[in-house]
Amino acid sequence: MPVSFAAQINSVMAALILLTAFGLLIQRRILGLLHLFAWQGLFLGISTAIVGYVTGVHHLFVSSILTLTLKVVLLPWILYALIRKLNIRKEIETLVNIPATMLIGIALVIFSYHLTAPITQLSSLVTRSTLAVALATVMLGLLMMVTRHHAVTQIIGFLALENGLFFAATSATYGMPMVVELGVALDLLIAAFIFGIFFFHINTTFDSLDVEQMAKLKEGD
Amino acid sequence: MIAYSLLIEAVQVLILLFAAPLFAGWVKTVKCRMQGRTYAGVFQPYRDIARLFSKEVILAENASWIFRITPYIVFGVTVIIGGIIPLISTDLPFAATADVIALVMLFAIIRFFTALAGMDIGTAFGGMGSSREMTIASLAEPAMLMAIFTVSLAGKSTSLTHMVQVMAQGELLLRPSLAFALLAFIMVHLTETGRVPVDNPSTHLELTMIHEAMILEYSGRHLALMEWASMMKLFIFSALGIALFCPWGIAPAEDFPGMLVAIVLLAAKLAVLGVILVLIETGLAKMRLFRLTEYLGSAFLLATLGMLSFFILE
Repeated sequence: MPVSFAAQINSVMAALILLTAFGLLIQRRILGLLHLFAWQGLFLGISTAIVGYVTGVHHLFVSSILTLTLKVVLLPWILYALIRKLNIRKEIETLVNIPATMLIGIALVIFSYHLTAPITQLSSLVTRSTLAVALATVMLGLLMMVTRHHAVTQIIGFLALENGLFFAATSATYGMPMVVELGVALDLLIAAFIFGIFFFHINTTFDSLDVEQMAKLKEGD
Repeated sequence: MIAYSLLIEAVQVLILLFAAPLFAGWVKTVKCRMQGRTYAGVFQPYRDIARLFSKEVILAENASWIFRITPYIVFGVTVIIGGIIPLISTDLPFAATADVIALVMLFAIIRFFTALAGMDIGTAFGGMGSSREMTIASLAEPAMLMAIFTVSLAGKSTSLTHMVQVMAQGELLLRPSLAFALLAFIMVHLTETGRVPVDNPSTHLELTMIHEAMILEYSGRHLALMEWASMMKLFIFSALGIALFCPWGIAPAEDFPGMLVAIVLLAAKLAVLGVILVLIETGLAKMRLFRLTEYLGSAFLLATLGMLSFFILE
């Protein structure tokens, strides 16, 4: 596989990651969100494997497999089990309406392109052009956490943000050192369990996973 | 070789005029088959048009000249658009008169006059149809322009014939920008030609129709022209999609055998496209009118992402 062709496939994967990030932003149903998140993980894993193959940095294969098991199978499965157990069915409310969110998202992509343009010019890596997409994915995950007020959606936004960070590491420096990546993966797994426990507590205390309800915790003057 | 160019131009317009009902008939036939209904054959649209031409025109008392002139304007402008898009050859003397931006404007002229005619009689349905059509158009047009601009960036020109030449002869690359633009274009295509998720071409159910509501008062040869024009619009949008995203086979200038191959290829591509169109239409349910902002917003988003990924990734 010649390098230029691999770079093209990597670009396509980057485009698909960006697309799923937008999909997460505009999807209303919670199961749809989980599917999109799993797809994003899949594209991320494939992209990482391609970068590992082209550059000969072999530990990227390990992180690709970690991504595939953790973000495509394990985390969506844990969240799915949680959703089933807490019996969450209704459509998600958004703070800002969806077309407006899309426009903000587009602005964020342009902003991250503008921000990374000088870095891209300095870099000589095969993956340099995908850095803007990675930063945009981080921003879009953040936007998702801000505009939704359902706990599970915010967690998915957080995980999408982490996907973006991981992608940024791959495209900027061919991945973080192995130890760091293992640590992050373990952290994510632990975080998922902690989220689960928190969901249960929020749900039993407020009878809902809407984080707006937490405003009730404020003590009255 | 100006005579040859003019000949090709004439052949192309004839193809547009007489193949458009066939394409509409093909789509209808496949759709009926897919949904398990009996069908009247691919030539039914010709019979419909012939029948409508033989009927007398009944005009409402308060119809003004706008109402009477609109079918001719709509039909004429549609034929002009057909002369600009390279269907079989890029050797089109007419194509120099308009680039893709002017093309979108020509579509806007059609829409403008149809909407005016819808309101002219003063019936409730016409006004409702016109208002909906303009609402949708205001959302669909930016998406279409963005999608076309993305292809223009890849084709390095806004002239359709030039874009087709560059795209057909350039090396084959995996371009995420074009994939995004294609998705957006399909969504706009369904909107502009009034297909299922947006409008239903075969409905006369009072509250859901958009295009049919505007032309409800037409009869006789006026209706025939309007129907024919809307079939040509379907054909043109499909051909435009082919020219933008799958231009391989469209003959370069002064290549007569290539042109014959191009006609066969065009027929094959359109046949496949018809089936895809039906698959989309059968698989989706008609959308609630107020969800259309999100649908067309996503089309705009995809087209913009296409343009951004052209700058970022290519």
